[in-house]
Amino acid sequence: MDNSKITIAINDQEYKVDPGQTIMQAADKCGYRIPRLCYHPKLSIEGACRVCIVQVEGIRNYVASCAYPVANGMKIYTNTRELRQARRDIVELLLDNHPLDCHTCDRDGNCELQRLAYSMGLRQRHFEGERKQYEKDLSSTSVIRDPDKCILCGRCVRMCSEIQGVHCLTQAHRGFNTVVMPAYNQPFAESVCTACGQCINVCPTASFIEKNYTQELFEKLNDPNLITVAQVAPSVRAAIGEAFGLPPGRNMEGQIVAALRHMGFNYIFDTQFSADLTIMEEASEFLERVQSKGPLPLITSCSSAWMKYMEQFYPDLIENISTAKSPMSMASAMIKTYFAEKIKADPKRILSVAFMCCTAKKYEAARPELNVRGMRATDIVITTRELAWMVKSSGIDFVNIKPEKFDEPLGLSSGAGAIFGVTGGVMEAAIRTAYELYTGETLIDIELTDIRGFKGVKEAKVMLDGQELRLAVAHGLGNAHQALEMVRADRSRFHFVEVMGCPGGCIGGGGQPYPLVNSLPLDEESLKLRAQALYGLDREKTIRRSHENPDVQRLYKEFLGRPLSEKSHELLHTHYKPHLPKGIVSPNLKVV
Amino acid sequence: MTTTQANDAIATDDQKLAQLKEFIAQTQKDEHPDSFLIAVLHKAQELYSYLPVPVMDEIAQEMAIPTAHIWGVATFYHYFNLTPPGQHVISICLGTACYVRGAAQILQTLRDELKIDMGQVTPDGLFSLQPARCLGACGLAPVVMIDDKIHGELTPKKMIQILNQYRKQAKK
Repeated sequence: MDNSKITIAINDQEYKVDPGQTIMQAADKCGYRIPRLCYHPKLSIEGACRVCIVQVEGIRNYVASCAYPVANGMKIYTNTRELRQARRDIVELLLDNHPLDCHTCDRDGNCELQRLAYSMGLRQRHFEGERKQYEKDLSSTSVIRDPDKCILCGRCVRMCSEIQGVHCLTQAHRGFNTVVMPAYNQPFAESVCTACGQCINVCPTASFIEKNYTQELFEKLNDPNLITVAQVAPSVRAAIGEAFGLPPGRNMEGQIVAALRHMGFNYIFDTQFSADLTIMEEASEFLERVQSKGPLPLITSCSSAWMKYMEQFYPDLIENISTAKSPMSMASAMIKTYFAEKIKADPKRILSVAFMCCTAKKYEAARPELNVRGMRATDIVITTRELAWMVKSSGIDFVNIKPEKFDEPLGLSSGAGAIFGVTGGVMEAAIRTAYELYTGETLIDIELTDIRGFKGVKEAKVMLDGQELRLAVAHGLGNAHQALEMVRADRSRFHFVEVMGCPGGCIGGGGQPYPLVNSLPLDEESLKLRAQALYGLDREKTIRRSHENPDVQRLYKEFLGRPLSEKSHELLHTHYKPHLPKGIVSPNLKVV
Repeated sequence: MTTTQANDAIATDDQKLAQLKEFIAQTQKDEHPDSFLIAVLHKAQELYSYLPVPVMDEIAQEMAIPTAHIWGVATFYHYFNLTPPGQHVISICLGTACYVRGAAQILQTLRDELKIDMGQVTPDGLFSLQPARCLGACGLAPVVMIDDKIHGELTPKKMIQILNQYRKQAKK
């Protein structure tokens, strides 16, 4: 007999449960799924939507089960006649102040409010009241804000502050006039928004969506004067299956290549190739800084949301940031120079399209510092969600299509390039190469398990020729904030810090498929499975170290010379500068 | 909804800013410095008569509170002005006694005469209009307070005469 348990009754059935949890958590474990909306297990409890109300014997009012703790002897009812009516009224009132445009909405079929309305049995609208009307914010290259669709659940506000530490959003004004917006009602493009897109992931409706470039791409695929070149990020292949009803963690690499070829792309390359290239440059930069003593720690720069965050919140650390461009921008730079020369084409005729798990990559692509020889390097960035829609819209049987291979000369990758999409992956890949370039010996244990997994800030040590190197890995901007405060306090604490802007790394990116029915965004189980898909890709490969990639070796031999050469600096490196508005690093942020 | 158009000259008034910073510095000694945000916003409004964006930015930096949070608080309470108020602030009492004695007609007169609505400023910057609940002068209902002066037993005609007095004064 376990004395630590308490007894509660749910719908007249008795259960032994742990104390100290909410009614909703207890009910979940007993097999009752109470409807919910503003609740998210990773975020603080808001209790705003009242959808999760239950009846408790002895309490006159309905209680919000997401916020109310269980107590011994508590008798809970989750599905009485009155409750069903009250919940339906609550959802009906939410719908009353919501546009009636489901069939033309971006989230049709993927909307939590729509699902909720369906499961509540709402088949007609009884209320017709005043409805809010606001302008959409279209200023950002990445994220669109549409206040008309907002139901004020506050998940985006909590995500942006509690997990990402950006604090871009707030609920401004009051009552009927409440609107989620950045400070001073700034347009997104002028706010501290890092374009990470996590507000899109947690939004139950289409109040936040990515800026969609699919129509523009369809147009350009039909332009016979253009040479269309695609690149695909590692995390896209680990997640896109979910948008086609497959369980998380299926690697759909070959299917993506085949689908893009069906859609009319002339060349399809792999961002994992340029991830290997990034490692060549970044590992060399790291070794140079270790040998010349500075500036250390070296901090990675692959994540676009992180770039903007750093420029706004940690401008004092700019000298520590690796100047190596992200794999996307490196691939695009090589497409418009090396590859254009190879196929003897005018690079201005090349349309470089990047398929990314990320909304911030749209922002990165538009950064003028990343232009190559006066040309924009990446012309269009398409998220995993947009790609899934394009595939469906093109009438491609994605699940059953015969897999195909990436093209040469930018299509071959090592296992190190694949794990770039998971938190800790860039560090692991860099250490594999840095160790061998420095010592000339083979690194025997190449899987750095200490920096794998989803702990907020991970620390590890490796020995490099008798010297101890201290490493730190952070994922999600809130956790990055923790790691960077450690760096600010003691610059010699770490030698190398990896930051990825999204929880879990790119696999949890702001452009990934919406969660499946009854699953929530940031669901750790889904993230684990996506990570396993990439670790599986790494393990399957015979080449697992970036410097052993023969196509990378050929690129250096034929074109770049060596890592950190003058040409590398021209094409593969960039610079950063402080960015306004200045971010406020809130001291109240906790590690998650 | 209007975004605050910041007046940089006001915001960079060094003397006022120094006073505000000193006030904030006092609050930061407390165990819960964040809890002083509303008090600090009150102080800022007392100094600047409204909350200019650059001033809210300064408060954010000094208190390490994100600007979005400050904006949420500043927009929640009607007391805080987000735009510069007029030279003369007209508060019209809409309490029960004044309402019964004809406050609605006085409000309509003000709207017609000033061509602005509640919470707005006349284009010449002379007047701004805001609602008040009871001003404690029910015996004089309906009443209007202009700056800190009470005007009672109003009729639409009397209201216009009072406005004209302020206008004449401004021309001098």
